[in-house]
Formats: sequence, C-alpha cells, structure tokens
Amino acid sequence: MSDALDRRRLLGRALAFGALSVLPGCNYDNLQHPDFADRALRAMSRWNDRVQAALFDPHTLAPTFPASAITRPPRFNAFYDEAHVHVVDGASWQLELFGNIAEKRPWRLADLRAAPQESQITRLICVEGWRVIGQWGGVPLGWFLRRIGADTKARYVSFRCADGYYESIDMPSALHPQTLLALDFLGKPLTPPFGYPLRLRIPTKLGFKNPKSLVALGVTNVFPGGYWVAQGYNWFSGS
Amino acid sequence: MPHHPDRGPDPRPNPGPNPRPNRGRTRPVHPWPLRLMHWLNATAIVVMVMSGWQIYDASPLFGFSFPGRITLGEWLGGAIAWHLAAMWLLVLNGVAYLAWGSLNGHFRRRLRPPGPREVWRDTILALTFRLDHRHGVYNAVQRALYLAVIAFGVLAVASGLAVWKPVQLWFLSDLFGGFRASRYVHFFAMAGIVGFLAVHLMLVALVPKVLPPMITGGRLSEDAP
Repeated sequence: MSDALDRRRLLGRALAFGALSVLPGCNYDNLQHPDFADRALRAMSRWNDRVQAALFDPHTLAPTFPASAITRPPRFNAFYDEAHVHVVDGASWQLELFGNIAEKRPWRLADLRAAPQESQITRLICVEGWRVIGQWGGVPLGWFLRRIGADTKARYVSFRCADGYYESIDMPSALHPQTLLALDFLGKPLTPPFGYPLRLRIPTKLGFKNPKSLVALGVTNVFPGGYWVAQGYNWFSGS
Repeated sequence: MPHHPDRGPDPRPNPGPNPRPNRGRTRPVHPWPLRLMHWLNATAIVVMVMSGWQIYDASPLFGFSFPGRITLGEWLGGAIAWHLAAMWLLVLNGVAYLAWGSLNGHFRRRLRPPGPREVWRDTILALTFRLDHRHGVYNAVQRALYLAVIAFGVLAVASGLAVWKPVQLWFLSDLFGGFRASRYVHFFAMAGIVGFLAVHLMLVALVPKVLPPMITGGRLSEDAP
C-alpha cells in the first residue's frame, strides 16, 4: 500500500537539483498540491500531447509481423499480479455504452462475435521499454463506433474495465484501421489475464493504452483521463 | 566599428601608416551566445542523462541498473516527464547552436576536423602535461572531442525519436534496425556523451583557467588568433 502511495507522487524529488526542490511551495508528498516542477512538467506533457496529435498520421500503419515472430509464452502485465486477475462471467457480461452515442443498447459477446472480424500480428510496446509481438483478432473500433452511431467528431473515446482500470484515447487514433475491440488472442478467445472477454488493442499507442476486460465504452468531449495518466504518464502516449 | 565577436584575425591587408589598428582592443574568448548555449546544453544533458537512467532501470538492457541516487524523476512516470520535457531544451538549443556555428563561421574557424596525426600528437602532449592552452584556440584533442560529442548528440536525438515514435517516425526506427535496436543505439549514444563529459571535466580540472571564460566570456586581444 505504501508502495502504491509512493508511486502516486507524480514526479519525484529532484535529487541533483537542490535548487528546484527548495523552491517555495514544493510538496512532493501530495498530488493534490503539485509543486512548481510538477506543474511545469504537466504543462510540457500536455504540450507533448498536442505535438503527438499533430504528428499522428491516420494512414501510417504500425508494422505487422510473421507468425514466427510471436512472443511465446505471452507476457502478462497489469497493475497487480496474475494471481489477482479479475475473472469476468462471459454469459452475463455486456458492454455498456455512454456519452455521445445514438444507440446505447449494451452489446453482448454474441453480438460482437457476429460483427465483422479482423486479425493482426502486431507489436505491443510497454512504457517500460520492453516489447512483445502477439496476434489479436476482433472488431475494428472504427466500424463499431459508426455502427452504434457514435459522434466521431467528438474528441475522446473512454474505456472502463472490470478491475477498476480506466483509459481514454483520441478519436483519430480510435478510428485508425488497426485499432480493434479484440476478442481473440493467439487465435483463441482472450483468457482472463489477457483481458477476457473484450479488450482494446491499439498498436499505435503504448501498452497501458490497451485496457483489458472492458465493461463500458463512451464517447465524450470532456477529458476522461486514465489510471496511469492520473499518476503522471503522458496521456497521448502514441508510438 | 561593429565587429563580430567571434571573428578570427583581421583579414584586411596591412593599411600602412598604422600597422596595428586594433592594438589594445579586446574580444571575448567565448562570445555570449556560445556561453548561453553551453550552459543550457549542460543543463539539458544532465537532466536527459539522469532521467534516461531512471527510464533504463524500468527495463534494463544489460545486467545492471543505475542506482536511484544518481537518477532523476523517482519513478518511471516522473523520469519520462523530465525526459520528454528536457528534450525540447536539448533539441531547440542544439539546433540554435548548429545554426549559429555554421552561419557565423565558428565551425569553419574553430572546429576544423583534425587529422589523426594532429590528434595523436596533442593527446601525447596532453597526457604528459606539455600541451599548452591558448585561450581562443581549440587544440586537436578538443576539436576531435567536440566534433565527436556533436555527432553523439545528433545520434542520441535521432535514436531517441525512433524509440519514442517507432510508428509515426518509422523511417528513423527502420534506420536503426527497429525498436529494440534503437534502444541500444540510444544507450550507446548516451554512453558516448557521458564518456565525453568525463574527459571534458577532467581536462577542465587539469587546466582550470579555461573555466572562468566560459562563464564571464574572458578577454582576448583583437590580435589574438
């Protein structure tokens, strides 16, 4: 718990920068009272969001790989360890829809299975610096957003997960042809550690922008943030 | 008469009656734009290297990690925030330096690439404490080091962009051989810069009189080379 709280401190003590850490108003222990360095770094992170949005080309595809390049065994990663994975009951599961969407009827697994499917072998790059290659299959998010009558001029698509995780992405990235609502991993239905029954798979962003075990999807113009973004990671985090 | 702060010997022919028109006049060893850019760059490099070590520690490439007391950011999110903020200072200052140095002739006059023999000779002289330092003149070892660190800096920025944006900047990623290879290139570029820094600081320690002019500008006679 104390470790979790430690990590919540947005930006750590600037050890070598004594001058910065003695500036008035510095309080590295409380996220509610960001100090000067925190504010400056947050402003730069928002600037970097804008630069990345400008750099994003909807026609540039993430590289795809042959089946022989797939990482085996697949690597589990979450903000808890594998023993604590939340197991969702697929039979009663449904995807709730909220926000600027015309048809908010929830979707069940069978509805998603009946939708057009695509499969890709792509690279997942973790913010930590490692990368894995996997095969994901599912419904293109762009198709899904149009099918439910989402306002594709809105700024954000927001995701909520069964384990309390939440994330959001920009609309142009959501409409990218490789962005999937994934149902399958390595040719089989997703397993609980890898996001059963439905996850976002977006190879144009870092791994933490690929939320697992989705329970709700929304479209909004109000910045929804994200679990890690609230702790200091850059929001856009595009590759 | 306006004069360029960093210009070399007066190229005009001897005017005759007054053979030393510049006698008694001085110019700085390091003109102010150079000093400003030097210290901005020093700040950016220290922040980039220390936050970069913290980022490295999240997924080490080799069998070692950097101790927390020499890294910046405290955790990965903090380190990335420092790294991607300071990169703007590093790049904008670096571009300003390259533009300034090529447009006003600083590179042509003071950073002429040395031949291997010159470097060897000056290295031996430096190691045996016989290398004379003249303010305003870079010896062959200095020129070799400065050119090398500029190259490492360009490599660090290009490979860093390839690590940050392997999809959008796919041509950079491909150039370095993909995402993982880009991380190694980025690491070795850092190692080159840190290696330069070690030698640079050692030379300053050996010849401490070079430090004040990098702060105050120092004074050189107009007649000095």
